[in-house]
Amino acid sequence: MAASTQPPLLEVKNLRIEFPTRRGTLVAVDDVSFDIAEGEVLGVVGESGAGKSLTGASIIGLLEPPGRIAGGEVYLAGRRIDNLPYEKMRQVRGREIGMVFQDPLTSLNPLYSVGSQLVETIRTHTDMSESAAQQRAIDLLGEVGIPSPKIRINQYPHQFSGGMRQRVVIALALCVNPKLIIADEPTTALDVSIQAQIIDLLKRLCRDHGAAVMLITHDMGVIAETANRVAVMYAGRLAEIGPVGQVIKNAKHPYTHGLMGSIPKLAHATERLVQIEGTMPRLTEIPNGCAFNPRCPKVFARCMVERPDLTPVDSSQISCWLYDKTMERTGSHG
Amino acid sequence: MAEAVQRRPSHDGVPLLRARGLAKYFDVSPPFVTRALQGAGRSILRAVDGIDFEIETGKTFSLVGESGCGKSTVARLIVGLYEPTKGHVEFDGQDMAGLTTRKAMEPVRRRMQMIFQDPFASLNPRWRVADIVAEPIRTHRIIEDGREVLHRVGELLELVRLSPRDGEKFPHEFSGGQRQRISIARALASNPEFLVCDEPTSALDVSVQAQILNLMKDLQRELSLTYLFISHDLAVVYHISDYVGVMYLGRLVEWAPAEALFHNPQHPYTRMLLDAIPDLDMSGRPRQAVAGEVPSPIHPPSGCHFHPRCPFANDRCRSEVPKSLPRTGGQVACHAVEENRIPETGKA
Repeated sequence: MAASTQPPLLEVKNLRIEFPTRRGTLVAVDDVSFDIAEGEVLGVVGESGAGKSLTGASIIGLLEPPGRIAGGEVYLAGRRIDNLPYEKMRQVRGREIGMVFQDPLTSLNPLYSVGSQLVETIRTHTDMSESAAQQRAIDLLGEVGIPSPKIRINQYPHQFSGGMRQRVVIALALCVNPKLIIADEPTTALDVSIQAQIIDLLKRLCRDHGAAVMLITHDMGVIAETANRVAVMYAGRLAEIGPVGQVIKNAKHPYTHGLMGSIPKLAHATERLVQIEGTMPRLTEIPNGCAFNPRCPKVFARCMVERPDLTPVDSSQISCWLYDKTMERTGSHG
Repeated sequence: MAEAVQRRPSHDGVPLLRARGLAKYFDVSPPFVTRALQGAGRSILRAVDGIDFEIETGKTFSLVGESGCGKSTVARLIVGLYEPTKGHVEFDGQDMAGLTTRKAMEPVRRRMQMIFQDPFASLNPRWRVADIVAEPIRTHRIIEDGREVLHRVGELLELVRLSPRDGEKFPHEFSGGQRQRISIARALASNPEFLVCDEPTSALDVSVQAQILNLMKDLQRELSLTYLFISHDLAVVYHISDYVGVMYLGRLVEWAPAEALFHNPQHPYTRMLLDAIPDLDMSGRPRQAVAGEVPSPIHPPSGCHFHPRCPFANDRCRSEVPKSLPRTGGQVACHAVEENRIPETGKA
């Protein structure tokens, strides 16, 4: 990690999330470390169950019991936030970290008008007057591209379409100019044409407000369009983290490589897609050594017994024994 | 494993399936008393509003479009889960509207099957996989002997790259991708020629989606199947299709061979859809900002349904419904294309 004068905006160190169950403890996120610089967009990709949403939820302190942070530290602008008491965390959430969830219908309260939800959020975190907050809410709705915000502000969530609701949710997250926005699958529930609008909006707003974004998605296309860096998760662990161009065009980890090949592409027709055999292991059956070893085409003896750590390769970090400098084998991949 | 499937010789030149002016309207009016008190009329949702297409034997025809455009309704009309309001479906030269009795319907039912989107909802959680896959065999009395049925189920499970021993298990023991394989095995149980696949991979992760798409292509070759494939994912559609139809608010706005549609799209809506796909190659191409949203199908815009979002719309588009005209090996329903008002852009 490059030494900088000021700490990164968000720093996650060795995060471990566990779910105690009757049949033993499940480790859903295992030793995940990364950081996000100010104004940066970090994409987090992975298949369902890879632990990407849990990572996001734990940063913002919304991990649902019985899930719990069993180890590691989370720092926001140098201040540790994973052990804050509930009330303190509540202030961080919303004021310093905003959140955009997947389903815009469930993240808005159907019983309150859009305006009152915005005003409530603004007034919870600032000491604005009712009318100033109202004006700020109208400005925000206009900023996220909702036509005639003065009328729309008094309407209820059911009167908005899916794309418009997601805009409202983004406005809610931006209410008090947070430094970090965690967006968990913000475009998954939307149609492609609306998805493109929302991506453009997120990009523009982050640039204007200087906010950093942790963008959690399973859609590599969205990442390619939006992110500066990408973290690829597999079975609760980080497989690869690096600049977006490098990860997408020159994936190094065999999992990322397979994942990229399995995406159908419009630019060139292929008869068969690259296929990663098998499925991601269940949390109860994570193998020893590298979690990807049963599906990996390049597996060798060491992968079965020893778990690889993230090691720097070019400008990325990869957790794969293929890239271990202490061994004879060095990074050549097909 | 494929030998077990008996194939009828196909009639050359005759499309296996043909839809003519197919339409389905739903009455979504409020109850009579409410209407009487409020003086409101009936409201009719035109989910599918007169579409024509043909599917050749052994080919894949895909329907794409955003949610609410009527693509799933078409799938249900084709397999007979809905009765068309207007128009008809011909299967192998036979008008399905004439098949009014269950008995007359049965031979056709056996030849077309459906794969559904959600592999968690489409398999009965209380049945063993073997019973799920055997259900069509038993219903259609294809094989009478119990042991033979189980043997056939084993074959089918192998066909979808599962183990015959998986038949003993229950659906909850399988992952999403494996469940979708079970759905495919069930669909293949009656030796169909034609499969309607309604978003078969959209509930799956990409790596699993790749497995299922590869499997579907392999099966098509091995069993010379014909597919009607419904999806909202353009990249998936490009990968699997021979012909693609684009739907917008209940109408087919364009259909063409897949290559032509993706590399030389004609209709402004098709162009917009293709432009909206996130760019994995990161070529940094400038994107046309997508304007507006899909209007409500209960009160669709007049004329061409796409005109409020179309950069090339004029007065004719606002008043007159465009007809489908031949173009680049397919058909396009657009006044602007017909009048050559759209500047050529080539590949989108």
